[in-house]
Amino acid sequence: MATETHGSEPVSACVDAGGSAVGMPQLCGDWIGNQVFWLVITLIVIYFVLARIALPRIAAVLAERQGTITNDIAAAEDLKRKAQDAEAAYDKALADARAEAQTIAQKARDDIKADLGDAIAKADAEIAAKAVESEKAIAEIRESAMAHVETVAKDTAGAIVAALGGVADDAKIASAVDAQLKG
Amino acid sequence: MATETHGADHAAESGALVFHPMDQFIVKPLFGDASTVGMFTITNVTLWLFLSIVAVVLLMVLGTSKRAIVPSRSQSVAELAYGFVYKMVEDVAGKDGLKYFPYIMTLFLFIVFANFLGLLPMSFTTTSHFAVTVVLAMAVFLTVTILGFVKNGAGFLSLFWVASAPLALRPVLALIELISYFVRPVSHSIRLAGNVMAGHAVIKVFAGFAAIGLISPFSILAITAMYGLEILVAFIQAYVFTILTCVYLKDALHPHH
Repeated sequence: MATETHGSEPVSACVDAGGSAVGMPQLCGDWIGNQVFWLVITLIVIYFVLARIALPRIAAVLAERQGTITNDIAAAEDLKRKAQDAEAAYDKALADARAEAQTIAQKARDDIKADLGDAIAKADAEIAAKAVESEKAIAEIRESAMAHVETVAKDTAGAIVAALGGVADDAKIASAVDAQLKG
Repeated sequence: MATETHGADHAAESGALVFHPMDQFIVKPLFGDASTVGMFTITNVTLWLFLSIVAVVLLMVLGTSKRAIVPSRSQSVAELAYGFVYKMVEDVAGKDGLKYFPYIMTLFLFIVFANFLGLLPMSFTTTSHFAVTVVLAMAVFLTVTILGFVKNGAGFLSLFWVASAPLALRPVLALIELISYFVRPVSHSIRLAGNVMAGHAVIKVFAGFAAIGLISPFSILAITAMYGLEILVAFIQAYVFTILTCVYLKDALHPHH
């Protein structure tokens, strides 16, 4: 430290002429009054700043935040319950719709089956009727064919007999042809 | 140390290492060169005590001025400090101790800011002075003792009468408890000032060694390490002072063991 100022009297009991501490400054009695005075003022000021302004303000903010959080949680729970209700309603509606669709489909299937059965029965009847008709037609055709065959056979037999120089006796020819045709 | 040898000290110092680890604790007037420090003189103590008020106001008042539901950084820190001390008082002293929360908060914030401001280079550490810490400790001691008698009357003396001990031991224990009770303010104040002062002095001693070029890197490393430790000590000592205050308050409110 500044050695040039050295030589004068010590500044005080606690500081030497060079500006250095003599012993522990903490034990210097000269300064205690000053330190205590300013410390007490400091503590009083800090106390009033805290007690009057800072602490009530922070307490209010913390309480408000706690309230907000509680409200938000309650609101969230409410919304969650609503969402669950909505989901349940949706599920129910879906299940109902599915069941309804199933009954409609079943009904449609049954209707179609019934219609189909009717149509098949009707078609069968028609087919049967047609078959009977056809058989009858075939029988008629066969009968007429046989009749024609007889006529043709009789005419042919008459013609053959005439051609051979015989006298065609229609009755005899007819009976002979009949006998031949019966086998 | 003694005044009569200081001339020789200076002669020796001019060529060699200079150690003045305690000079940082000197109280000096800020204005003028009045050598005497009166009670109302504005000194470096006044300045740094005032700065601790400024720090408290900055953090606790300006920091929380928005009263935001979602806090800003400074409000967050202020709320953290509030919650920290509030919880401490509640846990240690009980629900009925919360009435004294503002006093304890005042002590905690003052000590914590005084300690941290003292860690700034060229600053003055108010809490390194016994004059300061003794006032703090005596304030706690007197408040707690008076409160104990006001709240419990003569029942406060049961603090010294350990009912759970064998009857023959009780007088001996009472004596020990009584002594330990009166030692409280002493340990309470010396613990804080001693820790702060020792750390700052050690840093200055290391700084003195930095004058030797070869040693200076180690010296600077040591200062850095000590500074880190001092940051820890600054907070821990404020915490210890506060929690002991809570413990003493608990004894005053519930003296029965």
